Amino acid sequence: MNLSETPFEFFTVSYLTRIGNQSAGTITEFLKGLQECSDASIFHHTFQTLGIHHFLTEGFSNDFAQWAHADANREDLAEQLAALDVRDYLSIAALRSDLCRVVGEYCAEHPALSEQAALDRFYFCESVEVTLPFGLTAGTLEEFRDGILHLSHASFCFHFLSSRLRLQLQTNDFSHWLANGLGLGKLADHVNHIDIYTNTLDSARAKVLRLIDRERKKA
Amino acid sequence: MSDAAIASRIPLDDYRALLGQGEIDELRVLAKPLRGRSIGMINSTAVGGGVAEILNRLLPLAEELELNMRWEVMTGGDDFYGVTKGFHNALHGAPYHADPKDFEIFLACNEWNRARLALDAEFMIIHDPQPAALIDGRKKNGNHWAWRCHIDLSHPHRGVWDFLDKFVSRYDAAMFSSPEFSRSLPIPQYLFYPAIDPLSEKNRELEGGLVARMLAQYQIDPLRPILTQISRFDRLKDPVGVIRAYRIVKRYFDCQLVLAGGSASDDPEGAVVLKEVQQEANGEADIHIIELPAWAPLEVNALQRASTIVIQKSLREGFGLTVSEALWKKKPVVASAVGGIPVQIIHKHTGLLAHSVEGAAYQIRFLLSHPEIAARLGENGHEHVKENFLITEKLKRYMTLFLAMARTN
Repeated sequence: MNLSETPFEFFTVSYLTRIGNQSAGTITEFLKGLQECSDASIFHHTFQTLGIHHFLTEGFSNDFAQWAHADANREDLAEQLAALDVRDYLSIAALRSDLCRVVGEYCAEHPALSEQAALDRFYFCESVEVTLPFGLTAGTLEEFRDGILHLSHASFCFHFLSSRLRLQLQTNDFSHWLANGLGLGKLADHVNHIDIYTNTLDSARAKVLRLIDRERKKA
Repeated sequence: MSDAAIASRIPLDDYRALLGQGEIDELRVLAKPLRGRSIGMINSTAVGGGVAEILNRLLPLAEELELNMRWEVMTGGDDFYGVTKGFHNALHGAPYHADPKDFEIFLACNEWNRARLALDAEFMIIHDPQPAALIDGRKKNGNHWAWRCHIDLSHPHRGVWDFLDKFVSRYDAAMFSSPEFSRSLPIPQYLFYPAIDPLSEKNRELEGGLVARMLAQYQIDPLRPILTQISRFDRLKDPVGVIRAYRIVKRYFDCQLVLAGGSASDDPEGAVVLKEVQQEANGEADIHIIELPAWAPLEVNALQRASTIVIQKSLREGFGLTVSEALWKKKPVVASAVGGIPVQIIHKHTGLLAHSVEGAAYQIRFLLSHPEIAARLGENGHEHVKENFLITEKLKRYMTLFLAMARTN
């Protein structure tokens, strides 16, 4: 059994949602909000909301797309916003840039529609994060499996999804450690390719565990 | 010790089957740095009302996590509660004549309570406008004060809000049930949701026999679709609008309507609204108007569980916890897009939103025609409540707030 020199430390995370001072009642105002809101707000309405709504495995991608769909009634814009995959981004700046591009192009093509009032306003909020050590560490694949099994949804999401921003790599905490701590590059790749959009956090976790079990059988 | 009546201790592990071990462990991890540190909760009523109901379930859970949480209730005379009832309506946007004497009564009562209540906890949470001026009694010991507002402040009476603003601005944070309710304040404002307890009488699983007996008691046919709105008889809950929506649906589906709410006997306005509802129903056999006792958790639970679709067609709403109660029971919900309801109903994912009588009727017809979609919305709604609107999540949010406020010092 491989033993990592640097153990994996599991964290627990909890978020407060801070209400910002910006809101939008039209697509034009929405674009302005996207340009000016904090990085924490972009994170909240994309990465964070994906974790909170993990049980919606069809048709929900982020808060921005949901507002364009349900409140602004602009299906075409909603579709484009929903198609943005947060896993493609290594920074909030890059994600914000693409959000603004999509909405900006829509405003340019549909200036009249962009001024129409939505049914309800969009309120820009942001996440305030509190992290604490979960009290579990793993040096081996077996300990790692045990730790993943005991994580809450929020902790699993913290390591599996939002870690991409922290690492500024197209990977997650789990895969990063499997590859660099245990030298299990192939397993790390398989874990990284689990689709968080079409899985719940529970089914994603079950897949991680199954992949680890398969690896353990090989050993 | 607290001076409010608290529900008996609930073992945290009782929630494990519903939430999973990871969520329970996480609560314990978050609680650890807060153990032994004092937390004070102050509101204006020990029984009745959503705040008291939530605190009643929150305190035993906090105790389970070895948190030193105390709940105290401010007291006041009839004149004070008359004034705060007026404030309450005014903050909801009702017309109000601001009499300087009202503000004096409010301040005098808060001053009297400042001398009576212990305001020295490290974390002080003050609920709603009634005790807001207790902030004047803040000790110079570096403790943290947060104001939790449970009401809809989206269109407040200017004079009443300007008066309260002077106090609220001196807190370290304010919490609202919807971003729409937030105000222009110099302090951080957070989104905090009310919560339901899945193990309480109102939400726990019921044996099938009890539901059947309840339907028989109210002469409701279990074999035909049941549309239900649970709410007190209040114009803001639009019970007459619900009957009108039902009548549109009834043209296409042989269904029944249940309008059940707390007794109107001690509420003169409620009695008037009840009469209006009865007039609108006009004795129609399939409209069941049920006056429940003020506290009837089992009846509410059974009626929600028996429903085919739950309706919440409010015109204004603070949060509308009846929506979460119905979603927890995996019921498809059709509700108005007002107040805190859109937080609970993510349109087409966890339920359907409507903006009119005709819209509500259309959404109900759609769900009656597509039971498989109704079932999916109910399942999603249950998960949404599990993630966001359970009492355990509320306690987690409070602990996160305390940890976040403590690190600002």
